[in-house]
Amino acid sequence: MSSRRARIQARPPVPLIALAVVGVSLFAVPLIGLAMQTPWTDLLTLLNGDIVRDAIWLSLLSATGATAIAFVLGVPLAWVLARVEFPGKSLIRGLVLLPLVLPPVVGGAALLFALGRRGVAGEPIYELTGLVLPFSTWGVVVAATFVAMPFLVITVEGALHNLDGKFEGAAATLGAGKWTVLRRVTLPMIAPSLISGLVLTWARALGEFGATITFAGNLQGRTQTLPLAVFVALETDRDTAVALSLGMVAISLAVLVVLRDRWWRSL
Amino acid sequence: MRRLLIVALAVLGLVACGTGSSNRDQVLVSAAASLTDAFAVIETEFELDHLDLDIVINHGGSSALREQILAGAPVDVFASANPVTMTQVLDEGFVVGDLVVFAVNSMAIAVPFGNPAGVIGLDDFADDAFLVGLCAQGVPCGDFARSVLANAGVDPAPDTNEPDVRALLTKIEAGELDTGIVYATDIAARADAVSGIDIAAEFNVRAEYPIAVLAEGENREGAEEFVSFVLSTRGQSILAEFGFAKP
Amino acid sequence: MSGGLATRLVVARDTGFTLDAELAILPGRTVALLGPNGAGKSTAVAAIAGLLPLDDGYVRLGDKALDEPREGQFVPAEDRNIGVVFQDYVLFPHLSVLDNIAFGLRSRGVGRHAAAESSRDWADRLGLAGLHARKPVDLSGGQAQRVALARALATHPELLLLDEPLAALDVTTRAQLRRDLIDHLSGFAGPRLVITHDPAEAFLLADEIHVIEAGAITQVGSPDEIRLRPRTKYIADLAGSNLFSGVAANGTVAVGAHTLTIADTHAAGDVLATINPRAISIHRHRPEGSPRNAWQTTIVRIEHHGDRVRLQTGSPLPLTAELTPVAVADLVLRIDEPIWLSVKATEVGVDAD
Repeated sequence: MSSRRARIQARPPVPLIALAVVGVSLFAVPLIGLAMQTPWTDLLTLLNGDIVRDAIWLSLLSATGATAIAFVLGVPLAWVLARVEFPGKSLIRGLVLLPLVLPPVVGGAALLFALGRRGVAGEPIYELTGLVLPFSTWGVVVAATFVAMPFLVITVEGALHNLDGKFEGAAATLGAGKWTVLRRVTLPMIAPSLISGLVLTWARALGEFGATITFAGNLQGRTQTLPLAVFVALETDRDTAVALSLGMVAISLAVLVVLRDRWWRSL
Repeated sequence: MRRLLIVALAVLGLVACGTGSSNRDQVLVSAAASLTDAFAVIETEFELDHLDLDIVINHGGSSALREQILAGAPVDVFASANPVTMTQVLDEGFVVGDLVVFAVNSMAIAVPFGNPAGVIGLDDFADDAFLVGLCAQGVPCGDFARSVLANAGVDPAPDTNEPDVRALLTKIEAGELDTGIVYATDIAARADAVSGIDIAAEFNVRAEYPIAVLAEGENREGAEEFVSFVLSTRGQSILAEFGFAKP
Repeated sequence: MSGGLATRLVVARDTGFTLDAELAILPGRTVALLGPNGAGKSTAVAAIAGLLPLDDGYVRLGDKALDEPREGQFVPAEDRNIGVVFQDYVLFPHLSVLDNIAFGLRSRGVGRHAAAESSRDWADRLGLAGLHARKPVDLSGGQAQRVALARALATHPELLLLDEPLAALDVTTRAQLRRDLIDHLSGFAGPRLVITHDPAEAFLLADEIHVIEAGAITQVGSPDEIRLRPRTKYIADLAGSNLFSGVAANGTVAVGAHTLTIADTHAAGDVLATINPRAISIHRHRPEGSPRNAWQTTIVRIEHHGDRVRLQTGSPLPLTAELTPVAVADLVLRIDEPIWLSVKATEVGVDAD
């Protein structure tokens, strides 16, 4: 009986396998294309150029900054969405998720009109503080936060929904105030989701292109992140573009490996 | 009886529409972003004359378009904003026949409408006090702008290198950049949103727009028809309306 | 540990369900709130613990009003000093046994070192030595229950609230843990409230039982009063399963001076014997044949419940028997009349106590 089941399991339906293979090819073939274009012998020299170094540094910096802001703002937002009932909640949730479906360029333009020097919110900020977000590294961080924070919010909100309120109740009966409950029970219990949310957010911020170039512009060392550098290098220097792309693939793979235990294995 | 007739006519009409659109042969044109508005009018006019042809225009930076063509995109016509990108396509053997320069553009300084920052000329491009934008190096408008600045002996301090001229214009129109160097045609096309400052002829460049029929295309006849329309008096007068000079 | 609990819980739920129950527990006494699922037991726990505000009524512990809507008084859960053993225990899965026990102390501002020391004491007192570093997922049901108890007791609460403390345990360990729980409860000086749907649990743990049905208390009394004089069909059904503590040996169970014959010849030691009221036969004369368990007694009470009639019999072993009205009429039964009663040995349930 058990051996028959094993045999059945060992022979999955052929059409399913065929479609799966096509699906995987969609991901694998572009990588092969990239690898075939790669000037392997000059790779180290190319990756050592100052454009590449600046872009990698700026990308890591802005993605990490965006993730930190997303954590500080996104966790409370997720908590409010998961735990507080108020009118217009679904509207707020829709708003939070909008950047997921909005083309990033549109998001970037919206940010430009809102937070630019002449923008609705940007003008008073500029007059008061002299801070100009576009064309600054802060602008890159804001753009990345805009597109990436929804990933954290949905992941954490989902985890909070799934977390049985009885644990927080039990903590309260043991004398824990709201803040202690959040710190010692809620957050530790959703830690796996929180971590994968943070990694997803970071990965999305790292890959961010459209909103960044539209809102923050493109200047080496200040606003030119890896994706922007790849895009610009495609115009002038294919080899560098390919080397940069390969760098992005390497970083992305590293992120997925970190996620391995937390995310895809449990999926 | 009359109702039946209306129904029959409606059905016929639908069939006519359906077959009409599917019978038209497509001509795929890759055109530089700076040609967007002019080519939209040319497309409309051309299609009125050639009911059997459907012009599909793919706009983008000339170099990005070149990459697509070199990668084997089945493009019929390539209209570039830069002879260099066109030459590269030619050298790779993708061009059928000759390159023809069909339009000439020059550069101009663009500022937000009314020039709020008070930009005076090319010298201001070296001034950190201004938020200055250029097209990125490698993009024709970026290379032209740098040539102009070099001619004027100005070492620019840009705050951003935009991927194409539209992106640069958007930021100038929004007032987020104080100034940038764009094509004269762009200022003509956006007269309501940006103001222009002319660049002295001694520093300015002559941006030639070459056009060619491509070998990988699937509709060579239609491609040739389109190119000759662009070069015709009608095509040239449309281009002139959008600020292009005659070659 | 200064005073008792006095409460009237009024909570209206959106679903139309309303809880309105009065309870009073003196220090050192155990009260069981016994009722079916959906009767409002969990609502009562939440309201007393401070996780759910009252709509009306009051919760007073000692001389403190914890919740009294009419006075605008509400003390949130974290400021009440109530130890709760939750249903399924609700141990924090990310914390070790020791950290679980220390949680309340740490939350109340006890230093790390002192809290750890106190937690170790509690763990050892509840037989959890050697399990200090375990995570809840690696504990057996009984161990988890003791951790929950230690966690609740560690903060020296003024009231101990136990919500279905034995329901999550399997039958084989339940009897032992029930006995342990009685010991731990008697070691706690304050008032104790046990919430349960299991009559056996209520009868064995509590000094007094409050029966709750559909949000209201339907009967209050000692376990014997509840068992022998049920006032509603629900109580009659659940209390009617005659329940005795006894000592088993050689196929018999000694219940006080009376000895019942049972089918299980291996049972030995302290047991819980049960007899279904419908398994009891009533006769005017000594039954013929040889039922193992047959004795003469008197009828103490006759109750009519629709298509069922319940008889309460007297010494030597008071029992509740259930008959059809036709059978009662045929037998011409009256109060204080002597009758014969028989139970087959196979109908006496035996459960290790």
